[in-house]
Amino acid sequence: MGSLAVNLNGPGHYVHWGVIQISVANLVVIAVMIALFVAAILLPFPKDRDRK
Amino acid sequence: MSSTDERMWTARVRSRAVRALPPDKLLPDRQPVYVSSWIYVFGVLTLAAFVVVLVSGVVLGVEGPQWWHRSSVGLFFNSLHLWSVQLFLAFMVVHLWGKFFMAAWRGRRAMTWITGALAFIGSVGTAFTGYLIQENFDSQWISTQAKDGLNSVGIGSFFNVLNYGQMLIFHVVLLPFVMSILIVWHIVLVRLRGVVPPFPPRSERSAFPSAEVSSDVAAPADAAAPAEEVAP
Repeated sequence: MGSLAVNLNGPGHYVHWGVIQISVANLVVIAVMIALFVAAILLPFPKDRDRK
Repeated sequence: MSSTDERMWTARVRSRAVRALPPDKLLPDRQPVYVSSWIYVFGVLTLAAFVVVLVSGVVLGVEGPQWWHRSSVGLFFNSLHLWSVQLFLAFMVVHLWGKFFMAAWRGRRAMTWITGALAFIGSVGTAFTGYLIQENFDSQWISTQAKDGLNSVGIGSFFNVLNYGQMLIFHVVLLPFVMSILIVWHIVLVRLRGVVPPFPPRSERSAFPSAEVSSDVAAPADAAAPAEEVAP
């Protein structure tokens, strides 16, 4: 298999914060989803060209 | 239609269905103007991902495990099935956040909210049973851990996550069937009740919450106002 952007051969990386323990992969996915949510609210929606 | 025809149950069901959901309401050409926001796109993105999940799942089922583990096209479809599920769940959660902050259960839309919530819970179960039937160490690990977890809350007496055959049937027949019914029901309700309108401006809100609820009840009719509609 060609070289991957992320090396998946090995144990995952985890973040510990008190009682909270979460993998970096899951944390990244949650961050992307929150960014997507904020962008969906803030970014302007393209207008219908037929109706000006 | 003759009077004899009108007495037939097929005619009665058909006329009731068309009255409740006329074709132009079932598949409208235009949407209310407030739908012009990216946050309203996540429902249909979830639906599109679900179609890819179903189609790739059918292909995997037809070709079988030897194909999806060993051939390059099989591995591609296996990955397509996995990643479309990741997108399905991600889009669904963003859709859920959007609808939660809109209080999308307003205006007689409680059942739309409930069917959506059930579809979310059902999709977690469907994804879980998918992980159990991977036929690798990962699935062994997940199933043994899940067995302890499910037993600890008493659910383990209803089904056995270590039973490969049972989990396979759950994943490829029972849960997709339930999910399809819930999603179709959810979409029909969205078309029946309309997309939830935004909250009115602060200046127009009533000091009495009960009055505000009654104005929301009229919302589905407002959603059909042609003067405010835009192309999807």
